[in-house]
Amino acid sequence: MNWEVVIGLEIHTQLSTKSKLFSGAAVGFGAEPNTQTTLVDLGMPGALPVFNKEALRMAVMFGHAINAEIGMTSVFARKNYFYPDLPKGYQTSQMDHPIVGKGYLDVMLEDGTTSRVGITRAHLEEDAGKSLHEDFQGMTGIDLNRSSTPLLEIVSEPDIRSAKEAVAYVKMIHSIVTYLGICDGNMAEGSMRCDINLSLRPKGQKEYGTRTEIKNVNSFRFIEKAIYTEIERQADILEDGGRIIQETRLYDPEKNETRSMRSKEDANDYRYFPCPDLLPVVLTQEYVDNIKANLPELPSQKAARFQSDYALSEYDANVLSSSRAMADFFENANGVVKDPKLTANWVMGELSKLLNQEQLDINNSPVSAQAFGELLVRIKDDTINGKTAKDVFQAMWDGEGSADDIIDAKGLKQVTDTGAIETMIQTILDANAAQVEQYRAADEDKQKKMIGFFVGQVMKASQGKANPGLVNPILVKMLKG
Amino acid sequence: MFEQSISTLAQQLRNKDITSVELTRLFLARIAKLDPQLNSFITVTEQRALEQAAAADALLQKGKGTTLTGIPIAHKDLFCTEGTLTTCGSKMLHNFIPPYESTVTNRIQQAGAVMLGKTNMDEFAMGSSNENSFYGAVKNPWNLDKVPGGSSGGSAAAIAAGLAVAATGTDTGGSIRQPASFCGITGLKPTYGRVSRFGMIAYASSLDQGGPMAKSAEDCAHLMQAMAGFDEKDSTSAEQPTDDYLANLNAPLAGLKIGLPKEYFGDGLDSQVADIIMAAVKEFEKLGATIKEISLPNLQLSIPSYYVIAPSEASSNLSRFDGVRFGHRCDNPKDLLDMYMRSRAEGFGREVQKRIMVGTYALSEGYYDAYYLKAQKIRRLIKEDFVKALEEVDVIMGPVAPTTAFGLGSKTSDPVAMYLEDIYTLSVNLAGIPAMSIPAGFAQGMPVGLQIMGNYFAEAKLLNVAHQYQQHTDWHLQTPTMAKGA
Repeated sequence: MNWEVVIGLEIHTQLSTKSKLFSGAAVGFGAEPNTQTTLVDLGMPGALPVFNKEALRMAVMFGHAINAEIGMTSVFARKNYFYPDLPKGYQTSQMDHPIVGKGYLDVMLEDGTTSRVGITRAHLEEDAGKSLHEDFQGMTGIDLNRSSTPLLEIVSEPDIRSAKEAVAYVKMIHSIVTYLGICDGNMAEGSMRCDINLSLRPKGQKEYGTRTEIKNVNSFRFIEKAIYTEIERQADILEDGGRIIQETRLYDPEKNETRSMRSKEDANDYRYFPCPDLLPVVLTQEYVDNIKANLPELPSQKAARFQSDYALSEYDANVLSSSRAMADFFENANGVVKDPKLTANWVMGELSKLLNQEQLDINNSPVSAQAFGELLVRIKDDTINGKTAKDVFQAMWDGEGSADDIIDAKGLKQVTDTGAIETMIQTILDANAAQVEQYRAADEDKQKKMIGFFVGQVMKASQGKANPGLVNPILVKMLKG
Repeated sequence: MFEQSISTLAQQLRNKDITSVELTRLFLARIAKLDPQLNSFITVTEQRALEQAAAADALLQKGKGTTLTGIPIAHKDLFCTEGTLTTCGSKMLHNFIPPYESTVTNRIQQAGAVMLGKTNMDEFAMGSSNENSFYGAVKNPWNLDKVPGGSSGGSAAAIAAGLAVAATGTDTGGSIRQPASFCGITGLKPTYGRVSRFGMIAYASSLDQGGPMAKSAEDCAHLMQAMAGFDEKDSTSAEQPTDDYLANLNAPLAGLKIGLPKEYFGDGLDSQVADIIMAAVKEFEKLGATIKEISLPNLQLSIPSYYVIAPSEASSNLSRFDGVRFGHRCDNPKDLLDMYMRSRAEGFGREVQKRIMVGTYALSEGYYDAYYLKAQKIRRLIKEDFVKALEEVDVIMGPVAPTTAFGLGSKTSDPVAMYLEDIYTLSVNLAGIPAMSIPAGFAQGMPVGLQIMGNYFAEAKLLNVAHQYQQHTDWHLQTPTMAKGA
């Protein structure tokens, strides 16, 4: 059977406010358990929530970035369930009146096509604490530092049709929230977590199949792998004539499988109702407009600007603007080089290669944008050629100093003296008389093919330092005799 | 001495006729002697009281302090008091000593009042008779076989018996006004949002409101001066500036328009209570007021609406009492579910469990629209009734309760009869307007309260109306026999 996969995603984004959603306690990762809490986060009797307006501003920014309707009156609701790390016995969230309504994103896929993913809503809610099962023999420890940390839950329509599209969408959300500066984007620390709703249906069928929800997947790679394994699992069941059970599943990256967490029958009835401790949040048009007017440049806007200002290709512009950190690196380096095409090629080429090899984020690149730019300047002014530059870059990466230091120390400066190049070429021509004869006898097409041999010999003789831009024309002239 | 008003006592303290320590000792002695009969206190904070009294005397010595400085009062045991047991009348919190102070008690403490202790109440403020307390029922000082009303029954009984000059209470559906009526004292439920709820253990957040209970309107005004006002720690507290609650107490009532809702005088109202209310209204006419019959057509719907909304909110508010971080936890739980179930089954009394279940049901999937949403719609109708009525009249008057205090145990087996007790008080909470209960007479030896309802933030007006009545009557000055000889 030819199956079509239908995916909808819920992305929990931790907003980078200084304090919590409903209390003045600091938000931060890795503090001693229960040190970043107030009466409110601990759910003490009589403690009352006070809404953090900074989280509101951030949510409205996001709404503008995804072309969404802003909820001019949004209402906090209580989602009631018992769990030891949920101190109040309810999570304060938004249900019927979210801060961000319907919007959409145009997602660029690897093959260069774009697809539009609808966003149903995005709402503000508080995070729960953490239950710590290790370190406590037969008991559970509770850390409430994370309790009441602000989250923006971004819910997509079931518009996604492949694992790749899902990842491209999540990457785009990641890129938008980091561009806006409303989330640090640190997935390893849980700043972005994804719930995947997935179902299969025979291609061409209109009705959706029964879906499962895979909870809390926290890396791009795991999202992709979890979707592949879940598609396979569901397809196997359906092809054997079985039925999918609507349930919540967990993805285990070590075994690369999803497994059942709880079925729909066990699901809580959350008994949502408007939180009587918080007033409805009523926005003025002026407030909303003001945030829109001051929105930072978004990835798509930056990509357009890179094409128009720097004459980059659409592809290059999209790759470079996919993360704010990469775009900033590119623009900072180009500020030194003043050659966008050269800079773009090197950022997307050598720099990305080494970052990938070492699984480093561009923010943690051992070579700064400034130093990187200085290296490229030396290509532009013919001090070194591109090939030598790669060696210099590796040396810079390994901490051997600046581009100029390394070029000096290793004597890598390019030979640009035409007299010296002519002497070098003459030596090569003399040593390869037979090939010279062949060349001179050949037609133009064949000559073009043969020239590479002589260039290679010259570069070898010069230990790569001869300027290829000079070598070529001199060589052609001298070969003609 | 125990019968004196706040302003008289404040004057005597300033005149050095008496010290706050002496006054405090006098009340502590009265509590020791009389409260075993009444059970109006859960905790008596003798040491804290004497320390505060000494500090008050030092301030007064320097000519400083407010009217409340050195005045011994009591707090309902649902206001969190730092370092002092706060039980909310429940076994669930039998061991709960808050590390923080509620805004209300903090403000009153800042004003210099002395806290004698924490008063008994229906568990989690759920009740109209103060029989739902883990710490035992409170008795009515006018007749020890009768209930004092609830849920602020401990505060009302303590004031009536002269065990405290004044007290705080809270009112979610009548919990200040009804016990004030049953015990013959004065109580004010302020506009929702006028008094901060921070540190007040929540029953039904959208209805709960703290307020003053005392012998007279003037004393209530003194407490309001300290209690009322915006609190940034309570998002539902009103930013509107407070009035000076004392300034207009003596304004004449000539031209005052009083509305009498015909629904408040229908079936179910005891005829003697009705006569007393009408006599009180006549008294206002003598003071220059005019009377107009009005209608609050949705009154009957206030009971079903309230008994959906309040339990719904309670079912969620009381989820935090799970045995995990504070309060009662069962012995040897075998797993998490067992800990939740036994801690809550052991910690909560029957009425609380009942309301949690009602609220849980009302909010359940498939029932929410039929119950909670419908109740909210009724609530809006009730509010509109009041808004419309208060465009025509300045205040609305009627009974607080259909009867005088009933016998202990007489309604415990009939919850519906108990809920009907609240018919005249619930709608005020649903609408969020302020209302008072003031003593207006006696029926067969038991006090009857007159209810005065007003517009949003019209507390100063209500206090003025009540004070003028009390200038011309002495119902509020009556003392039960049991309080006398001590």
